[in-house]
Amino acid sequence: MRVLLVDDEEELVSALAERLFLRGIEADWVTSGDKALKVIETKTYDLAVLDVKMPEIGGLDLKKVMEKRCPDMKFIFLTGHGSEDDFNLGLLHTGADYYLVKPVKIEVLINKMKEILNKDGIQ
Amino acid sequence: MSILERLKPKFWNNQHVVAGSSDHSLNFRRIWKLSVLLTAAVTLAPLIFMTLVDYKVTQNAIESEALLRTSRIVSNARRTISFFLSERTAGLGFIVRDNSFKELRNPTRLAEILENLKEAFGGFTDLGVIDSSGRQVTYVGPYRLEGMDYSDQESFRGILKHDSNVSDVFLGFRNVPHLVISVKHDLPDGSFYVLRATLDTVQFDNLLAQLNVGGEGDAFIINREGILQTPSQHQGKILEKIQMSVPRYFSETKVFEGKAFNGQPLVVGYAYIDQTPFILMIVKQKAEVMNYLYQSRIKLVGFLAASITIILLVVLGVSTYLVNMIYIADEKWAMTMHKMEHSNKMASIGRLAAGVAHEVNNPLAVINEKAGLIKDMLAFQEQSNQNQKLMGLVDSVLASVERCGRITRRLLKFARPWGVSMEPIKVGQVMHEVLGFLGKEAEHRSISIHVDVAEEIPQFESDRGKLQQIFLNLLTNAFAAMSDHGRLEITARCENENYIAITFVDTGCGIPEADLKRIFEPFFSTKMEKDGTGLGMSITRRLVAELGGKIRIESEVGKGTKVIITLPVRMERKEV
Repeated sequence: MRVLLVDDEEELVSALAERLFLRGIEADWVTSGDKALKVIETKTYDLAVLDVKMPEIGGLDLKKVMEKRCPDMKFIFLTGHGSEDDFNLGLLHTGADYYLVKPVKIEVLINKMKEILNKDGIQ
Repeated sequence: MSILERLKPKFWNNQHVVAGSSDHSLNFRRIWKLSVLLTAAVTLAPLIFMTLVDYKVTQNAIESEALLRTSRIVSNARRTISFFLSERTAGLGFIVRDNSFKELRNPTRLAEILENLKEAFGGFTDLGVIDSSGRQVTYVGPYRLEGMDYSDQESFRGILKHDSNVSDVFLGFRNVPHLVISVKHDLPDGSFYVLRATLDTVQFDNLLAQLNVGGEGDAFIINREGILQTPSQHQGKILEKIQMSVPRYFSETKVFEGKAFNGQPLVVGYAYIDQTPFILMIVKQKAEVMNYLYQSRIKLVGFLAASITIILLVVLGVSTYLVNMIYIADEKWAMTMHKMEHSNKMASIGRLAAGVAHEVNNPLAVINEKAGLIKDMLAFQEQSNQNQKLMGLVDSVLASVERCGRITRRLLKFARPWGVSMEPIKVGQVMHEVLGFLGKEAEHRSISIHVDVAEEIPQFESDRGKLQQIFLNLLTNAFAAMSDHGRLEITARCENENYIAITFVDTGCGIPEADLKRIFEPFFSTKMEKDGTGLGMSITRRLVAELGGKIRIESEVGKGTKVIITLPVRMERKEV
């Protein structure tokens, strides 16, 4: 499982990457949408965890661009807004990816990653 | 409740005036009083004024009419009496010219003449001839009066000055009221004689009796000294002095208002009868004269009282109705203001909550990850007592972070933007989607859930997201209220053709009555010590209201709670 973490909060995203690494998940991190688009040109990822609200390019717009370049990539959104229920209930019938609201438990995040990727048979 | 209490309009007891708040800003009782007073004043003042003016005008008209009528009667009566006397005087004048002194001294001839006079004029009692020395030389009549000396009598002295004379009424030798008409005739030798006729006053009295002077009216004749020449109803007997002063001489008829000895107002008409000592007087009670006015006055006062009563009733009714309408409008305005204030407050709280939650969530996430990383690092290092203590500390940091996260999530839910997006909904389907979230927890806690959605429920238009949120909130509450092995019954039925009712019945702890009253208040929670924010039911009610529905809660402590939501099948689209 190769994961890309995108969040403008460096303190958060670096610690998260380290924790995932400790659990055997290879996670790269960047702090902006532009950097993320550059990274995916050279490296392939199974899943991206995007912050919804970032300066310049937000998570939702970033997802659309990345989706075009890497059609197989899956996405999980992290947000400081609202609750999971709000977002996920709102997206249930649109068939979109999953939202998690900060702060998130590492186990919850990993389980969600596995759940999404398992559907496509990626380990 | 007394009748007065029942009649009191709604605003009567509301005098509480608070400027700038949602209470009434107007003193309705004062407005009502002002309205009643002003309306009554502008309607009643002209009415009363006009009535008084009309009364005064009518009074003056009736008074002058009464005086005029009295004057007319007096004038007519004067003419009649004057004619009565001058006719007889002229008759005697004719006799002295038509007969020689010699003929008149003949008692037979004089008796013939008396007979003729009685037949032609009536009223004559006797007839005599008096020579210039005042001795009656011939007499015909019921008494034996030949040779009587009249030289000292007033009537004889009067005739010396004028050719004819009408005497006062007097009793004379015969003790019967009578008057004397004398006519003087000069003889060729320079002396004279007088033809003296006596008239009884019965014809006089009859003349006066024929006058229409009303029931209490009095017509009589006095002489210039005020001695009654005819009987009077109120002034006294014949030849008595009247009780009022003799009116001043005027050649024409006069009418004035006077007062009786007992103070009663009178209308007095009088006329001096020329060439006689007589004054004709008519005295009427003013009250009798003005009787028509008094009758009119009673009608007028009645009409005025009725008008004032009707006007006052209408003024009271209209003022009360209008002020009541203002009161109701003001009450609605106050309620709207109250709602607006409440909405503003809620919106402000919402915005504040959203801002705080969002700002807090990001640093909270950093703390979470950093603490998580510390824990990970400790976990992957060698186990030691020191590490275990640090692990405990980190765990409590993480637990607090999670707790903070739950609070901010609820605050953010509360601050959700308002608005409704409509789409066709199948209530059963939405229910199952939501139950999917709680399925694991139900399984874990052995809570049995029974869903019974009636087939007749149509697919209806609503906001799916809001509906899911409502169901989730209610289910979460039900789960929180129930201990393990609880039972949750969910039924959906058509209440009528316009509404569907969805009922959630749990076997939880129930809600005490005091809490039930406050359940929809924001930040009211009985789970505060755990992790409740007190916003769940407030949000739920707002969402139900946004969908055009209503929510009702029945609960019994220890048995469980029943929540009933009614939602419209067709919702009116409105901008929120």
